[in-house]
Amino acid sequence: MSDVVVIDSGGANLASLGHALTRLGVTATVTRDPALIGAAQRVLLPGVGAAADAMARLESAGLVGVIKEIRAPLLGICLGMQLLFDHSAEGDTACLGLLRGRVEPLPASPQLPAPHMGWNTIETCADHELLTGLENQYFYFVHGYGVRPVAATTATVDYGGAWTAVVRVGNVHGVQFHPERSGAAGARLLENFLRCV
Amino acid sequence: MLAKRIIPCLDVRDGQVVKGVRFRDHVVVGDILELAARYRDEGADELVFYDITASPEGRSVDRSWVARVAAVLDIPFCVAGGIRSVADAEAILNAGAEKISVNTPALANPPLIGELASRFGSQCVVVGIDSETTAAGFRVYRDTGDPSRSRDAGHDTLEWVREVQDRGAGEIVLNCMASDGVKRGYDLAQLAAVRAKCRVPLVASGGAGTAQHFVDVFGIAKVDAALAASVFHSGNIVISDLKRALRAAHIEVRP
Repeated sequence: MSDVVVIDSGGANLASLGHALTRLGVTATVTRDPALIGAAQRVLLPGVGAAADAMARLESAGLVGVIKEIRAPLLGICLGMQLLFDHSAEGDTACLGLLRGRVEPLPASPQLPAPHMGWNTIETCADHELLTGLENQYFYFVHGYGVRPVAATTATVDYGGAWTAVVRVGNVHGVQFHPERSGAAGARLLENFLRCV
Repeated sequence: MLAKRIIPCLDVRDGQVVKGVRFRDHVVVGDILELAARYRDEGADELVFYDITASPEGRSVDRSWVARVAAVLDIPFCVAGGIRSVADAEAILNAGAEKISVNTPALANPPLIGELASRFGSQCVVVGIDSETTAAGFRVYRDTGDPSRSRDAGHDTLEWVREVQDRGAGEIVLNCMASDGVKRGYDLAQLAAVRAKCRVPLVASGGAGTAQHFVDVFGIAKVDAALAASVFHSGNIVISDLKRALRAAHIEVRP
């Protein structure tokens, strides 16, 4: 498929996401160009780092309004998923507001270390074409903040209670884990996103 | 449920994977891309590449292999060795590594941990700690890649574990030096002591020789991940067999 755009959010997982798409035979354009993002058939919003920095970078690149106007399928990954929600407690940051909900810190203790780091299974709680063929699979998570289950949550992950692992409202999709580093299961999820309508 | 992680560590020198005993006498054990792909296929959950020549010799190194590894690998990997600045770390992360790990540079310049965490997020920042059991308790060692320079870093290990977390470390790799490379098992007492003070993920390193050693380090020391090198490079333990043994011992692992 042509016209797959990865938003250059300044985070550090741009390279691994690009490689994962390349392994699926897709050449994605990594860009901050509003025109390219607005015209794309698929848009991915990756993100690693802190919410406030990431929102500041999107704002200074003039991309907040552009992302809100995207009508093609949009996939937020990790911090990119969190930015789709209303607000993040990380730096008390107003986010994109495409999804209803708030991002909160994971509690940390020797019994339940944070960040939540490693391979965990997800539990599907609503139909979502992104999850086709991916029952009981492990995905790679690395996050210190998360979203408790909301109306739009389609799969949860258990780490000291349930957290949103996958979410969807209309064309807006999000995954808390890193499909680009989740082996064959992650590749399948990205393939499902590239195929979804 | 979150799976316990098995992490082969590939000590890299000049683009080759090497391994010594107790940090000495390194011999080449294989090609970096071949070994990375082999471990991925056997079920490794993550890989660590440790550039053993970078830190003690004080020179910048050719890390073009990071991008080559990133292109073929679909599991996470971490790069350690000789990362002294935000710029060093950024080059590695931009090349496609998930995490960077700092050890001696964090001892020489502790604020580096916080600088890395605020630029890239704590989840990218691993602090490696080489620790030795002494009459004075658990002590941190620095410059351990070079036996002639290796020395006490002036920190109690448990105190340094607390400090690096406060400064923003997202994960700690505790390498118990007396155990490293001798295959008599992980240092369960020391790891359990650190586990009790550690609210970020803890990776055990040093001493794996048998599958039972992994069962013990997860079951007794309650670490989140176990790192090993020589037992995997030699073929004495195949990761897929190890995971079957762990499952049989009721330890959650990814297939």
